[in-house]
Amino acid sequence: MIDEISEEIATKPVVSEHAGDEKIGVKISVKDLDFFYGSTQALYNNTLDIFGNRVTAIIGPSGCGKSTHIRVYNRIFELYRGQRVSGAVLMDGHDILSPDQDVIELRRKIGMIFQKPTPFPMTVFENVAYGLRLHYKVSKSELTGRVELALRDAALWEEVKDKQGEPGLALSGGQQQRLCIARAIAVEPEVLLMDEPTSAIDPLATAKIEELVEQLKSKYTIVIVTHNMQQAARISDYTAFFYQGKIIEFGRTKQIFTKPAKKQTEDYITGRFG
Amino acid sequence: MSTALDKLVAVVRGGGKVSETTPPTGRADVAFRWLTAACALLVILIMAGMVVELFYNSRLSLKEFGFGFLWSTDWNPVLQKFGAASSIYGTLVSTILAMVIAMPLGVLTALFLVELAPPGISKVVGAGVELLAAVPSIIFGMWGLFVFAPFMADHVQPFLQQWLGFLPLFRGAPLGIGMLPAGIILALMILPFITAVSRDVFAMVPSVVKESGYGMGSTTWEVTRKVTLRHGIRGIIGAGFLGLGRAIGETMAITFVIGNSHQLSASLFEPGNSIASTLANEFTEASEPMYLSALIELGLVLFFMTVIAQMIAHFWLNRVRRQMGDGL
Repeated sequence: MIDEISEEIATKPVVSEHAGDEKIGVKISVKDLDFFYGSTQALYNNTLDIFGNRVTAIIGPSGCGKSTHIRVYNRIFELYRGQRVSGAVLMDGHDILSPDQDVIELRRKIGMIFQKPTPFPMTVFENVAYGLRLHYKVSKSELTGRVELALRDAALWEEVKDKQGEPGLALSGGQQQRLCIARAIAVEPEVLLMDEPTSAIDPLATAKIEELVEQLKSKYTIVIVTHNMQQAARISDYTAFFYQGKIIEFGRTKQIFTKPAKKQTEDYITGRFG
Repeated sequence: MSTALDKLVAVVRGGGKVSETTPPTGRADVAFRWLTAACALLVILIMAGMVVELFYNSRLSLKEFGFGFLWSTDWNPVLQKFGAASSIYGTLVSTILAMVIAMPLGVLTALFLVELAPPGISKVVGAGVELLAAVPSIIFGMWGLFVFAPFMADHVQPFLQQWLGFLPLFRGAPLGIGMLPAGIILALMILPFITAVSRDVFAMVPSVVKESGYGMGSTTWEVTRKVTLRHGIRGIIGAGFLGLGRAIGETMAITFVIGNSHQLSASLFEPGNSIASTLANEFTEASEPMYLSALIELGLVLFFMTVIAQMIAHFWLNRVRRQMGDGL
């Protein structure tokens, strides 16, 4: 069965073709990743390179395994019984799926933003300070400084600087999502995973977050799952098209959206299905 | 009164907010509206009736003892001297004891069931907890008197006295019955309520919020303490007051084990009484009008204690809402 699949998708050649013309390195390299929910296989033989300081968009119809795929990178899937994975995910050359990987440290290095804003039930300040307190020993004044820095980097500082003592949940939806981004970047991660970060917020707030993603890529490697193809086209440098748990095509966003190599990709981006 | 009634009628007829968007159409809607309104009104009427009756029937005692009733420790049916202090004290102490024991136990059990236990064990323990809620209080009382009290007297109290005997809390003869066993029995009785409600509260914390916690690199302990518990705090407070409401008025089990003596003692080993146990014990003996009136006033005091507890719960929940945001 596996042989059959690897025959019909040719992700590897596509990846290497483009790895060559990038000066920056590969941050995450996914190799032969299979994923199972109990006995149901959800991902088949995923092979993909995520370039450092670039935005990689993952697109595809609902249920094609986009979220499942990125949930492997920070091993968040391990919270659930019966979910397992095989293959390798190399981050800076080290397999993060190996048992000797410190999961806590991995999750500090790889921040995650979810479909819905998920501020913790505490103040704006405490939300951003959450991870800092968890991972670092910082003095009160340093904490204040780093919280401000994170809020500035998340383009939220001007809006919340006078309400840091208010509950995070009292902010608007778009602000809450940027608060979550601030919380994630406060611990100085290397990678940001965004799982449809704008699907629950209004267009104006979405625009702000897209702008933010553009700014953040100078510091972080960003992988964004999105339903919205225009969004992928606007903000990403690379795009991977997923279908039924397989990576059908991966390449520069421009190329994927203008002259896709695969018929399925073309059908999807032109709206013929999905 | 008539204007209030008019307003009520107007609201029921369709002057309320809801009706502006969804006016009742058809006869069935109107009838249903009146039916529900009547049910709601009945609750108010019953409450009002109870308060009026309690006041009316305790008027003798109210007039005779005034507010002194609340802090007098005299309870002498022969001399017709009545004071509620020992009963109020007993009610408070046994309730607080029960809460101190049952809250952490219930919340931790709930956390285990939701967050940590394998599904099979969670189901079995959960069913056990619910069964505990179904045990009639008389069973708790009899078990308390015949099994638990001797156990306390033989093992627990001597042990406590040996190690903590320097505290006034643990002085006196280890009789087995008294404030401490009453508090423990009460704790067992309210435990299932606190556990069941807390479990539902924790189960309702969205998994994506917990995932965010784990995604930040938190351990299970950190997510539980800083995210899940905080997220459910209002529900937990609610669970606590549900248990407290039950503990404060619990009668049968307490009457068996509290000792039923009108004395106010700092020691948890000493027998005491609570308002509910006093009422249960002495109602049949109250032949004099003043005696009966004093007992009914005790009931009135208990009623106000529960009202105060409700108010505290209300204000506390509001405060938490302000601190943590409405999104919970």
